[in-house]
Amino acid sequence: MRARLALAWLGLMLALPAAAADYVALPGGSFSSVLPADGKAAAAQVAPFRLRTEPVTNAEFLAFVKTHPQWRRDQVAKILADERYLTHWAAAGALGEGALPNQPVTRVSWFAAQAYCESEQARLPSWYEWEYAAAADATRRDARADPAWRESILGWYSRPSSKALPDIGGAPNAYGVRDLNNLVWEWVDDFNALMVASDSREQGDPDLLKFCGAGAISLQEKENYAVLMRIAMLSALKAADTTNNMGFRCAKPE
Amino acid sequence: MKRLLPLFAMFLLLGSARAATPLPGDSVYNLPVQLTDQDGRRQTLAERRGRPQLVTMFYTSCQMVCPMIIDSLRLTRNALDPATRARIDLLAVSFDPAKDDVATLKSYAQKRKLDPRIWTLARAEPAQVRQLSGVLGLQYRQLPDGEFNHSSELILLDADGRIAARTTRIGKLDPGFVEAIRKVVAQPRG
Repeated sequence: MRARLALAWLGLMLALPAAAADYVALPGGSFSSVLPADGKAAAAQVAPFRLRTEPVTNAEFLAFVKTHPQWRRDQVAKILADERYLTHWAAAGALGEGALPNQPVTRVSWFAAQAYCESEQARLPSWYEWEYAAAADATRRDARADPAWRESILGWYSRPSSKALPDIGGAPNAYGVRDLNNLVWEWVDDFNALMVASDSREQGDPDLLKFCGAGAISLQEKENYAVLMRIAMLSALKAADTTNNMGFRCAKPE
Repeated sequence: MKRLLPLFAMFLLLGSARAATPLPGDSVYNLPVQLTDQDGRRQTLAERRGRPQLVTMFYTSCQMVCPMIIDSLRLTRNALDPATRARIDLLAVSFDPAKDDVATLKSYAQKRKLDPRIWTLARAEPAQVRQLSGVLGLQYRQLPDGEFNHSSELILLDADGRIAARTTRIGKLDPGFVEAIRKVVAQPRG
């Protein structure tokens, strides 16, 4: 009886891969982002937080849509996910050959990613949290000044996007977080905050009024092309958009 | 999501009582958002279904464009004939829920002489503000000094919450947008 209970428990745990997701604590601190906090030069302040060590996989997302059917591709409201949402899966409730269990889930909208993270009592990381975590290499917490490291990250961007995605589980960085720079693009919570650019005080042209605020953003650390490309990608997307290579991971407060 | 489920259920109940037709998939009312207005009344975004809405996002401490956003909403409404005007509502949701509590929204409405029968100034919890901006296609970013950079747009929702038109013209009237409102209000509801 006890053995059967234990088995049932084990089965339950296996059926809930989301519950098994690993998060590691990152100390945070002052961080020189490519996006200055004040739009000019101020460093970003990153509060201590926990980050999922790996991106969310197809298997994990499948378990989520089974318990949250409003996020099945055949039931989702189209204002929350575009028509490409999860189309690489064999069916609304099955992965198939085009979507292996341990590959990162892609073709998910920002809304869907948020809902998933909420199901894990988590949220999407902010851009600063993501950029801060992704600045680390295997041994250094901030490897960005190393041209060889920047070069190695850039290599990922030249990988053809038609190639099948590798599984999650790459080498951990100095914080123990994997797959940040070389697997998929990743949604961040404030994806629509990154390039709010024009200074509205330059009046005259009505288009300049599209953005209201205190300062235009000037990008810093321009030699860090890889990160700039991430920002350009995120800024180009709408919350319902999905792409072949856009996945996500979640974060939690400390 | 769990937190939202009771809301969602409530919204389904209300929805079925009010409108037998299911919500279209491209309606912003598919997003569960809990609003609190300048009088402290709580309402889900979806409860605004049934009448076309002019929607914008702003924040009360904004000295730059936000006063003009409110002016533009007023200007747009005033450009409509009285019959059309009577059939739309105005909704402005704050980017800044930390500072824009109910009392702040209320005093702003009074200072700007915004009639509560016409104007809803509302706040929502931060995560829902971000979601609302996403569904409306607006961008915003908080700066270290507490100000915000944000896109300024007026958005027309039809009676079912579909985005029917939008304008980035702030500070003066956009005749095309006014025409779009007339058309949406004149639409028979299917």
